[in-house]
Amino acid sequence: MKIINQSIRKLDGMDVATGKPLYTDDLVNANALVIKILRSPHAFAKIKSINIEKAEKLEGVECILTHKDVPNERFTMAGQSYPEPSPYDRLILDEYVRYVGDEVAIIAAIDEKTAIKAMKMIAVSYEVLEPVLNFEEAIGHTSIVHPEDNLQVNFDIGMKKEKNITATALIESGNVEKELGKSPVIVEETYYTQAQAHAMMETQRAFTYMDSNGRLTIVSSTQIPFHVRRIVARALQVPKSKIRVVKPKIGGGFGGKQTASVEVFPAIVTLKTGKPAKIIYDRKESLNCTTSRHAMRITVKIGADHEGNIQAIDMKGLSDTGAYGEHASTVFSVAGYKTLPLYNSAKAVRFSGNVVYTNKMPAGALRGYGVTQGIFALESAANQLADKLNMDPTELRAKNIIKEGETNPISGTLDSCTLDRCIEKGKQLIGWQEKYPRKIISDTKVRSVGMAITMQGSGIAAIDVANVTIKLNDDGLYSLLIGATEMGMGCDTVLTQMAAEILETTMDKFVVPGVDTDSSPYDTGSYASSTTYVTGNATIKAAEDLKLKLLKKASEMLGISLEKLDFQGDTIKVLNHEEKVVSLSQIAEYVSAGEGKQEQLMGTGTFGGDKSPPPFIAGFAEVEVDKETGKIDLIDYVAVIDCGTVINPKLARIQAEGGLVQGIGMAMYEDVIYNQRGQMMTNTFMQYKIPCRKDINKITVDFESSYEPSGPFGAKSIGEVVINTPPPAIAHAVYNAVGVHVRSLPITPEKVLKGIWKFQ
Amino acid sequence: MKIQVIVNHKKIQMEVAYDEFLVDVLRRYGFNSVKRGCDTGNCGLCTIWIEGKPTLSCSTLAVRVNNKNLTTIEGIGEEAKDFAAFMVAEGAEQCGFCSPGFVMTVLAMKRELKNPTEEDIIHYLTGNLCRCTGYVGQLRAVKTYMGVA
Ligand code: FES
Ligand code: FES
Repeated sequence: MKIINQSIRKLDGMDVATGKPLYTDDLVNANALVIKILRSPHAFAKIKSINIEKAEKLEGVECILTHKDVPNERFTMAGQSYPEPSPYDRLILDEYVRYVGDEVAIIAAIDEKTAIKAMKMIAVSYEVLEPVLNFEEAIGHTSIVHPEDNLQVNFDIGMKKEKNITATALIESGNVEKELGKSPVIVEETYYTQAQAHAMMETQRAFTYMDSNGRLTIVSSTQIPFHVRRIVARALQVPKSKIRVVKPKIGGGFGGKQTASVEVFPAIVTLKTGKPAKIIYDRKESLNCTTSRHAMRITVKIGADHEGNIQAIDMKGLSDTGAYGEHASTVFSVAGYKTLPLYNSAKAVRFSGNVVYTNKMPAGALRGYGVTQGIFALESAANQLADKLNMDPTELRAKNIIKEGETNPISGTLDSCTLDRCIEKGKQLIGWQEKYPRKIISDTKVRSVGMAITMQGSGIAAIDVANVTIKLNDDGLYSLLIGATEMGMGCDTVLTQMAAEILETTMDKFVVPGVDTDSSPYDTGSYASSTTYVTGNATIKAAEDLKLKLLKKASEMLGISLEKLDFQGDTIKVLNHEEKVVSLSQIAEYVSAGEGKQEQLMGTGTFGGDKSPPPFIAGFAEVEVDKETGKIDLIDYVAVIDCGTVINPKLARIQAEGGLVQGIGMAMYEDVIYNQRGQMMTNTFMQYKIPCRKDINKITVDFESSYEPSGPFGAKSIGEVVINTPPPAIAHAVYNAVGVHVRSLPITPEKVLKGIWKFQ
Repeated sequence: MKIQVIVNHKKIQMEVAYDEFLVDVLRRYGFNSVKRGCDTGNCGLCTIWIEGKPTLSCSTLAVRVNNKNLTTIEGIGEEAKDFAAFMVAEGAEQCGFCSPGFVMTVLAMKRELKNPTEEDIIHYLTGNLCRCTGYVGQLRAVKTYMGVA
């Protein structure tokens, strides 16, 4: 293979690295109306009256919309294939406001200043209601977050809205009670994970205008152009065919742009006024008024025999979806589906529990999608089990983990897995033998190591679909048309590598335009770790289809039968007659101008898989803990990854490093704090601390490639799996250093110190 | 009110409001490379040079730069490309939204620091956040570019 497994430079690399104006806000029409949102100051309230008269009269105000001006049909902003498992529980504007920051009115004006001035002139009177702020008290609370009767679900997700239950989950195999009852060694603990923010550098934003065909065009920084079209159509009650969605370059997504947080606002303004409109969220809105990771409480009970053979795992979860149910049921069940199969030795496993509504910012999709939460709990408990058994935690893993060729009752047959080798290599890279469990550095400082393993999926089995078209242009170059959304991870490049490999040519022969729902082939979008695997498989099919068409055309031009032709990328030759040859540009010319031979040569490919092969990681943390202050320094983080064939080693490495650092942020720094009135206190980068350069020392990434038979060139995903291991591995290292179990994220010096004090 | 500035070697007269920040004015005048990533002066995305010094344009009132010399990444195309090539070789540019501010800070550092250590580099760049790359790839690129072992 010439192009696969090569560190090809990113196609758009130079453009994005030199600041070319390619992002949503760089492309807005200067006349676009500026939209601002008046937001609720209350965590839960009913709007009694809202007076916009004065504000409307302000010069420069184009329109002000309230809950009386929007369709009364509920929808979800979650970017999922129809029928979405997320409940239709929102209106564009509602008479109820369900968290501090919920939308009350949309103001469109000629500029930002005018919009803000008008916003301040709107008088709202609220009937303030008792909010549900503690998710552990949501079920059966006297307040019902969604009292309305037109909330809909597409199918049964276990919703009991009168009890604030959004969804329930039960995943079960074997008899958990029986196996736990027989297990002589039991660990049972409860873990908490926080509502991590995406904190992508480009906040959520979109602009809209009516195009020359009278259709609403939405240019949006989104991971899900096709879903956005359907979501907005439902929210606005206009036919999908009246909407076009265009995706330019995106400044990061991480799942935050798998929810259509902003598009409906400019869309409704443009529909009502006919004028272009834009909305750009500021950082506060991005952190406070979009979505976050679902905060969860997970209790894990593991039973094992004295030799460390895991017999049963029982996970009971409670997930906080906040005010609305974006991705509520799916994120929750994935916390079980994609963690439990790791320990295939268990005879019985179960994941169960509820997702609840509260009066806080809604949760949604975030890289890891539930696995991150589940893994923190499960892996922390597994480490504690090893400790209880007096066993090296890596040995406990070796005994119990799933292996290639094995079948798991939840995840099916595993065709590719090198997790065992990932653990072995990770041990070497971190220096486990010498460093486990700890080394005393001084009177106050201890160094130690910790570890965790994880899995994820590659796309959503039986739901995700990708279509790819490759078109031979009249200049002999190819257009690679995809509906998957590049957001920095390099999917345009990786998919082009696959097409170039099949069409035996070089990267420079391809152009990959941005996504436009009018011209791009349908793709569910870039989420659920799907682009390499799902869109990649479709790309291969499209390239093969086109290759055959090119061969057929050459055969027609040369008058020679197909089987005697040799495809060599830029040329097609006749076997054993090297002088008989047609070039790609000759074919392009022939079909664009040849007497009656005109034809648009295009290859198409579709892929929708029936499985979601898991990538695996073994993660290792080395920390130094200061016993006097509780301060934790992360010295080294090692991740050894099985993502099948690595299509582009450098891009995969950066994906891994970036995901690990996001995981490290979740493990150590990123805290979400609400005050007693339900106001988020951490809605700026002052208070919500994402890792900066100084927080990161050494990151070591390595690969132990398996070969996934169903994957493109043997590849699996890498985008999400990389975020999962740092929280449990760092918690483990901290325990090994000072004997303190931190079971609630983030692992702050305060928590460590409090733990140390308990012993004294 | 009106201010006179030199942006990327060109004299421009700009109409600005008394309370407008430079980042917003520059974008309004078409210097779209300049990005805004926060409202609290924490992210570094908006970094440009004022009189050659890297400065947060989100925390600088536009009226304060009257008669000053401003440089955005558009104004140092070749030098930016030189460094960008190192980033791209490393795969260390992901979404690129942090790039303009980051590149401006790196190029200023190159002028300012002679023989920096890795620590010096990290310290100089620490005000530039990036949520995609995890920083270590960017550091590899900067070190190769600066010739730091
Ligand atoms: S925009 Fe964030 S520091 Fe200037
Ligand atoms: S590359 Fe995306 S924020 Fe730095």
